[in-house]
Amino acid sequence: MVWTETVVELGGLALARGGRALAADLDLTAQGGDAVVLVGPNGSGKTSLLRVLAGLAEPASGDLRVAVAGAEADTPRSALVHLAGHQDGLKAALTVRQNLIFWQSYYGYEDGLPVEDALARLGVGHVMDLPAAVLSQGQKRRVALARLLVAPRPVWLLDEPTAALDVASTERFIILVEDHRRKGGIVIAATHMPLGLADLITLDLASFPPDGADGLSAPMDEESYWLAGATS
Amino acid sequence: MVGGGHVVTAQPFRSLIARDVRLAIRVGGGALVGTLFFLAVIVTVPFGIGPDLNLLSRIGPAIMWIAALLATLIGLERLFQSDKDDGALDLLRLTDAPVSVFVIAKVIAHWLGASLPLVIATPLLSLLLALEPRAILALTATLAVGTPALSFLGAVGAALAVTLRRGALLMAVIILPFSIPVLIFGVAATRAAIVEPDPFWPPFALLVATSLIYAVVGTLGAAATIKINDG
Amino acid sequence: MGILDYANPTRVMRFSRVVKPWVAGLGALVLAIGLYMAFFTAPADYQQGETIRIMYLHVPMAWLGMFAYALMALSAFGTLVFKHPMADVSAKAMAPIGATFTAICLITGSLWGKPMWNTWWVWDARLTSVLILFLVYLGIIALWQAIEEPIKAGKVTAIITLIGAINLPIIKFSVDWWYTLHQPASVFRLDGPTIYPAMLYPLLICAVGFSLIFFWLHLMAMDNELKRRRVRALQMRAARRAAPESTALPAGQTA
Repeated sequence: MVWTETVVELGGLALARGGRALAADLDLTAQGGDAVVLVGPNGSGKTSLLRVLAGLAEPASGDLRVAVAGAEADTPRSALVHLAGHQDGLKAALTVRQNLIFWQSYYGYEDGLPVEDALARLGVGHVMDLPAAVLSQGQKRRVALARLLVAPRPVWLLDEPTAALDVASTERFIILVEDHRRKGGIVIAATHMPLGLADLITLDLASFPPDGADGLSAPMDEESYWLAGATS
Repeated sequence: MVGGGHVVTAQPFRSLIARDVRLAIRVGGGALVGTLFFLAVIVTVPFGIGPDLNLLSRIGPAIMWIAALLATLIGLERLFQSDKDDGALDLLRLTDAPVSVFVIAKVIAHWLGASLPLVIATPLLSLLLALEPRAILALTATLAVGTPALSFLGAVGAALAVTLRRGALLMAVIILPFSIPVLIFGVAATRAAIVEPDPFWPPFALLVATSLIYAVVGTLGAAATIKINDG
Repeated sequence: MGILDYANPTRVMRFSRVVKPWVAGLGALVLAIGLYMAFFTAPADYQQGETIRIMYLHVPMAWLGMFAYALMALSAFGTLVFKHPMADVSAKAMAPIGATFTAICLITGSLWGKPMWNTWWVWDARLTSVLILFLVYLGIIALWQAIEEPIKAGKVTAIITLIGAINLPIIKFSVDWWYTLHQPASVFRLDGPTIYPAMLYPLLICAVGFSLIFFWLHLMAMDNELKRRRVRALQMRAARRAAPESTALPAGQTA
């Protein structure tokens, strides 16, 4: 699985959540092989940006394009990305294998990497036939990351991917990320921890405040006074 | 196969139904608890009415319809909640199919896991209320075609429950009034099978129509509500 | 998984391995004698005819259905007061058996009543009480299955079982009262005049036979439950093996 002409483009993108403006005028162009690290304090919109990129939420304004060669122009970006967030999306009652086979078939990649191989590459091959309920937090996270391998998609959106992982597992995961980049994929990660990746593009969300320096000093137009101002 | 270039097939739809049914009917999955609730309501009602079998057989279809209504709505509260709790709800939306497709799959799976057992149990439980064979047949048929309407209606409430983070009670308050037509046509068709001059087919056809309309309205409503979740 | 968890169940399983075949064999023998007498030597009823023979199945099932609940409540008491690990295994194993015996009691009662009442079911005080007992059983089984963690499930279910033990006599009383309040006409009562010895002895022998079968089933169900817990413990150990970062977590935390 190799991708070409993978691209993620943000043009003047503004983010808002719950009526509160988070960031404005975000510009970014990432191409196949790029790794973007989102930094910024809590509440600066890292998770919101990932959700917008995944197609789970819409931006407040601005342009956004996620594309890859071979995908039709109207393919929604939600079909091109993987999202690995704080929650693992595993069903405790099913075995690890059943969980991953479900995602493989739900995402429509029966010819993706076999579940055994994906788990082995994350160092959790031995839990394949155990119910997810008996796994530790770190094991669950690694099984969740194996989802990115069993259903190959060009753009990985990662939200604190190494939060529950120890040093050895983090190193394994970084190898997989570099591998994904070599194949022409894009990785966009929000993290507080240095990931040890080469050639990073850093996007500091704190340097794109909405409406001026602190987001509050700029004069409000009437609409945001009544609508946004009330909820923030 | 490149990225999202693959065509939309029925495979994701089928695998989601298969997963949800498997989760529902496994030990502790909770699908059979709905049928147990159905039984509990039917057993409780005669204590409020009295053991008079003539009376019970007359109002039996209504009792069973109300029991089915409550069992379905209460069971549906968690339709999306467990996927929300473990983060799978977001991941399920990462496809090129619209949200409504996965709503339909979840509702079908829920109906198979929770409402179908209830329909199958109906003939047996009807004996408790001394229903005639004709009434049992009519009741089972109306429940079979009427419960999908309740499932799709309940899906809207379930979507509200994950979006608003409020419990089953609020959902029941909102959804119950909308379920009245289903109850009216369902009970009317069953009564027609007992009281001879009343025709069976007009209310039955209306019940089928209600199910079809609610399938469309409920799916779109639930999908729209889930999308609001992210604001 | 303390040492107590393994030590006691091992002894119980060894004991049950020895005892099980004897209980089963004796039960089958007594039951064969009882059923032979019930079907061939016991007289038909002058009023009910041959249908009276359902009694030899129906009545022991009713007794054992209630007896199972009493044993389950006793086990629940053991769980809560003595925190004995085998007590909740015993209680959990008992619930489906009690429910099944109660269900057979209801079904045979319905078959027995059909020719008399001309309907499969009447809201007779006795039948209704047994139906409520059946519902309580099903609720307790559902509760057992709803909670993943065995120790927690044991405690929660024990509380509900004991509440049920206190409540069931109240329910029985209220149902009797409800029934006399409504005074329905033309319904036969199953407890007619005193029973003839020719019927009583087969009934008692059947009851002993079914009781032995009941204990045999309970021993097997306890074995199964212990094995189920062993599988769970092994799975948790298998997950920890070759996974150094997770050994820091206590066993219960992954549940």
